[in-house]
Amino acid sequence: MPSAPSSPRRAAIVGANRIPFARSNGAYARASNQDMLTAALDGLVARFGLAGERLGEVASGAVLKHSRDFNLTREAVLGSRLSAATPTYDLQQACGTSLQTTLQVANKIALGQIESGVASGVDTTSDAPIEVNDDLRRVLLAANRAKSTAGVVKALAGLRPGQIVPEIPANKEPRTGMSMGEHAAQTAAAWGISRTAQDEITVASHQHLAAAYDRGFFDDLLTPYLGLTKDNNLRADSTLEGLAKLKPVFRPAGYPDTEATMTAANSTPLTDGAATVLLASDEWAAERNLPVLAHFVDAETAAVDYVHGDEGLLMAPTYAVPRLLERNGLTLQDFDFYEFHEAFASTILATFAAWEDPIFCKERLGLDGPLGTFDKTKLNVAGSSLATGHPFAATGARIVPTLAKLLHEKSQRDGTAGRGLISICAAGGQGVVAILEA
Amino acid sequence: MSNDWYSDFVNSGFGKSIAGTVGLPPVPRLRRYEPGQPLLSGPALLGTATASGRVAKVVRSLLTDLGVEVHEDPQAPVGGGSSTSKVAAGIVDATGLSSPADLAAIQGFLTPVMRRVGPSGRILVIGDVPGEAGAPSVRAARRALEGLVRSAAKEARYGATVNLVHVADGAENDIESTLRFFLSSRSAFVDGQRLEVGTVPGFAGSSQGVDWDKPLAGRTAVVTGAARGIGATVAKTLRRDGATVICVDVPAAGDALARTANDVGGSALQLDITADHAPATLLDHAQRHGGLDVVVHNAGITRDKLLANQDRDRWNSVIDVNLNAQLAINDALLASDVFHRGGRIVTVSSMAGIAGNRGQTAYGASKAGVIGMVDATAPLLVEKDATINAVAPGFIETDMTAAMPVGTREAGRRLSSMTQGGLPIDVAETIAWFAQGASYAVNGQVLRVDGQNYLGA
Repeated sequence: MPSAPSSPRRAAIVGANRIPFARSNGAYARASNQDMLTAALDGLVARFGLAGERLGEVASGAVLKHSRDFNLTREAVLGSRLSAATPTYDLQQACGTSLQTTLQVANKIALGQIESGVASGVDTTSDAPIEVNDDLRRVLLAANRAKSTAGVVKALAGLRPGQIVPEIPANKEPRTGMSMGEHAAQTAAAWGISRTAQDEITVASHQHLAAAYDRGFFDDLLTPYLGLTKDNNLRADSTLEGLAKLKPVFRPAGYPDTEATMTAANSTPLTDGAATVLLASDEWAAERNLPVLAHFVDAETAAVDYVHGDEGLLMAPTYAVPRLLERNGLTLQDFDFYEFHEAFASTILATFAAWEDPIFCKERLGLDGPLGTFDKTKLNVAGSSLATGHPFAATGARIVPTLAKLLHEKSQRDGTAGRGLISICAAGGQGVVAILEA
Repeated sequence: MSNDWYSDFVNSGFGKSIAGTVGLPPVPRLRRYEPGQPLLSGPALLGTATASGRVAKVVRSLLTDLGVEVHEDPQAPVGGGSSTSKVAAGIVDATGLSSPADLAAIQGFLTPVMRRVGPSGRILVIGDVPGEAGAPSVRAARRALEGLVRSAAKEARYGATVNLVHVADGAENDIESTLRFFLSSRSAFVDGQRLEVGTVPGFAGSSQGVDWDKPLAGRTAVVTGAARGIGATVAKTLRRDGATVICVDVPAAGDALARTANDVGGSALQLDITADHAPATLLDHAQRHGGLDVVVHNAGITRDKLLANQDRDRWNSVIDVNLNAQLAINDALLASDVFHRGGRIVTVSSMAGIAGNRGQTAYGASKAGVIGMVDATAPLLVEKDATINAVAPGFIETDMTAAMPVGTREAGRRLSSMTQGGLPIDVAETIAWFAQGASYAVNGQVLRVDGQNYLGA
């Protein structure tokens, strides 16, 4: 048993497994979060021969979660082929969930607290929890508290027809009542993001993902599930002309003169899926002759005041990245790959625009000059969320291994080290960004 | 489990009486191997055809070491019973034949044995290799054994098998794993077959210290096409015998593959074996387990079409998966230290590659090609103390055969000496035996596992 190192070591990304992502109410309509997470874990166990092994921990989480799933990750591990002695916990940070679980597991490995761990995330919008509304809930709880039959009858006398309407989880911010798409449409309008630029990002995402599948990139990152062998949101034949025909779906409130630009194609669809990443110390990997694809270098989480502070809901990564760069003595241009979660094509374009804007960089980010631009041919080269779909909590654990494998391929090919940047925006005005190296 | 309604019927109480009355052919329940099972379930009769027989003492020594009651007289009372009491096996050392006249001694021994051998009993004839004989009368006598065995196999009842092993001159002390295979219930569906031991010169290996309950202990095996069917059973059988198993299948079958890999506590490798990088990827993955000892080329596809309707793409896909991929992987194995000294390659041919099958020109060609590959690769492997052998399954009960038309399926089952289809485990047992380190003298062989199907000789 190695002792805790005096200075932190870097956690290794050994490999990964996810199930194909499925558009909502489709292939995985009857699969629960626990089903999907268990399947993804079992695929990971099989890939790395971990049946019966006790890992340091499994950290996972879901955004849309039934109350009975309070111990979702633990239940999934108990149903998986991992040793039941593997501890777990649930974590939830909206779309940043599984980049945050990666950060947690990586940090524990870095500190020598654990030697191995799985970071993951899962989400279903098909098997979503439906609750009774607050009125009905209060009546039922009052009836439950009543100590006499008369009391129960009295409490139930408060029942009204309107209480039958259930609470269905909605993709909207509790403090603004606006959907995420409506928020993003405002940001796009504020930054003057064009429809064409968004559609170009979208087409590139689909084409890159299709090419990655064609070259077998996902053969050791993915295991089929319930008849799906690929993400079923993928449209390999997507073209700018085709996308131009779609009607916008989100209007930017407060920008009456601005054309709506966000469509069902350049916004991510509701998606079901699960993803896992295996992290470990270099020693743990070496003992098992397992590969090290890349190392987890550093990460930063930011939050913005989108309620009162005049900042876009999904703009937190714009703040997180410069802080991460400064801490690591890097510039925005110092990366070989850029993996930006495409919540909406407009979101990453607004982020890029902000970094090129001297006023924003000075006033909001406190920088001397603009962060600048970077070579966009290095952006999402194996496709991203617009093509794969976006099961909220699973996206980080999709992106981390994608980047790790890209870096590994580069180092195998060129014999040179590489570095990549990950950026994920999240509901609630938060964002998680990270650096990997190989 | 069984979808063989006829077998279920004639083995039921009512069915048995009907079948007996009207003369329906019985379908014996075959004894199959379970860990810890004794080699034989009863006494054995061991005969010798000539005074110069060279294998009887090896056989006797093995059987007595295992505590088996052995008698030389085929009419000996056994197990405290009478001269007609059932025996578990009849073995005849038929080496040293000098002319066809010597065959009479074999007849004299086997005639009572045929009456005494019990359900799932074993009759094993061990002879010299015909090709090693110069004189016509000697070679004729040696070759005659084949006709005797194949015919006797068609007469044997209640799941008893009759097989022939040709032992090369000087290899008589290298037959233990072969004896154990043919005498045990691991060979339940191998009937009327012939196998050579020690015929590829230069072999090396040992049976010393083998744990016969875990004959693959410490060995790492790769099984292609392991997601389901015969491949999944092979993976489980190799694991049962002690191997660490790498399970390979196409990415699209990854979910079933993960289940197999986790069932055997091995690892899953999603890989299209026809890809250019496949051999390198396979060897790379094997290094996780410290290298490879056993490679089972099980992956195969059918794209059945009458030759008159065949097209190039379907043809090529069958040849690529069933033959070219194996050739490419074998080349890589021969060139790499990742494939250990003493390694074993086992490949899956088919009855269709021997006898041909309507609608299966591509499949039949690929599976016959596999036999050619085995012939040519066997001598190349000698320098690594390695071997290559093929199993040629006949009608094996799988999802594929369950989907056949009833007539074809029933013909496939009944037109064999066992009057039933085999199970995936029967193929897997044969592969696991080829894979043993102790099978070092078995090289370049093709063994049919088909219950002596009447298709093909």
